[in-house]
Amino acid sequence: MQSGRKIRVLIAKPGLDSHDRGAKVVARALRDAGMEVIYTGLRQTPEQIVETALQEDVDVIGLSILSGAHMALFPRIMELLKEKGLTDVVVFAGGIIPEEDIPELKKIGIKEVFGPGTPTETIIKYVLENAPKRR
Amino acid sequence: MVKIEEVVKGVLAGDKRSVARAITMVENSPEEAQSLIAAVYPNTGKAHILGLTGPGGSGKSTLIEKMIREYRRRGKTVGIIAVDPTSPFTGGAFLGDRIRMQELTTDDGVFIRSMATRNNPGGIAKATKDAVKILDASGKDVIIVETVGAGQSEVEIIKVAQTIIVIHAPGLGDEIQAIKAGIMEIADIFVINKADRENADKAVMDIQAMLQLDNKEKAWTPPIIKTVALTGEGVPQLIEKIEEHWRFLQKGLLHKRSLEKAEAELVEAIKDKVTSSIIKKLKREKRFEEILRRIVDREIDPVSAAEKLLDQILE
Repeated sequence: MQSGRKIRVLIAKPGLDSHDRGAKVVARALRDAGMEVIYTGLRQTPEQIVETALQEDVDVIGLSILSGAHMALFPRIMELLKEKGLTDVVVFAGGIIPEEDIPELKKIGIKEVFGPGTPTETIIKYVLENAPKRR
Repeated sequence: MVKIEEVVKGVLAGDKRSVARAITMVENSPEEAQSLIAAVYPNTGKAHILGLTGPGGSGKSTLIEKMIREYRRRGKTVGIIAVDPTSPFTGGAFLGDRIRMQELTTDDGVFIRSMATRNNPGGIAKATKDAVKILDASGKDVIIVETVGAGQSEVEIIKVAQTIIVIHAPGLGDEIQAIKAGIMEIADIFVINKADRENADKAVMDIQAMLQLDNKEKAWTPPIIKTVALTGEGVPQLIEKIEEHWRFLQKGLLHKRSLEKAEAELVEAIKDKVTSSIIKKLKREKRFEEILRRIVDREIDPVSAAEKLLDQILE
């Protein structure tokens, strides 16, 4: 009945801000859409996030950040993912990310950026459509 | 598509990515699980497998974090499978146990995996047993399985673990009532966590009183350890007791239990195979549809219908 593949998503909070309301709302929405959602908790280093993605064998990573440090932390995360061979994992981001930073983030491999107020349905739809069919 | 042989090779070499992939395979595909487990099985049986169970809010994840640290101090490698419930309505799950263990994520001697029950009853997932074997084959010295926040009937863990730790904390409301029967009887070691709270001693006494009611002669009496998982107090003593239980098991009981476990696994595998092959065969027959209709029309009840269908096969 429950056999078959489930989409596994890691919701991670890189950096030093302590606001995880948004991350939890997204985590819950994805869970309610039938996915298995792993949450890291606050203040994660890029190393911890990538290692967690590896051990949990996730299909998708959602990064939530409100501290403004995304241009420092995200490139490091993408670099580590490549280093560990996790190139098929789809990474999206959310939180407070200025419009002008988005092109640069997409260039380093962040597939999508969701700003404040994005309906959870949009994110669910995005994940369902973009989770890699790797198994 | 990843080749199973490659994953097996990686698991046996202790490669984390391969271990992670292998666990996904045993979760998602019974066929892949079968070939994978068949390949790694000769390399299992070396790890000490612990089961940690107890009600939600008793501090299981926090305690495990401190247990890992203590094992690492002692030079042991540790694998963790943390099980959380799947929603029976949406099929989704929120897996948050590793939040408390995240600092240890980047330690090379530690592998943490969150697992959803996927509606398997009994407090663990169907794939938990196989995941334990994978971690065992990858060379972990100790494997800790954290069950879902258990009430009284989440006792499936005894089929997987060798040393069962039942944890409780004072002030959870229902006090020790929550671990009566079932879960109480499977404990090899009791932990009263949050022992810095008032009523901790009362909780210890409650368990003692219950253990004394059990007048069967026992070779091992479950000890009761007080811990404060937040500070790590009592954790070295807990690990000491776990090691003591391991030595006790190795004096003979381990072999007996291994045989029992082997029998249970064999019988279950036979049941699975027989059931699925019979059902497959029956579903191909015309009378299957026919009898379904008769059940719906209340001409025959499901059990009698099953008997009727099976009569020809089992004869």
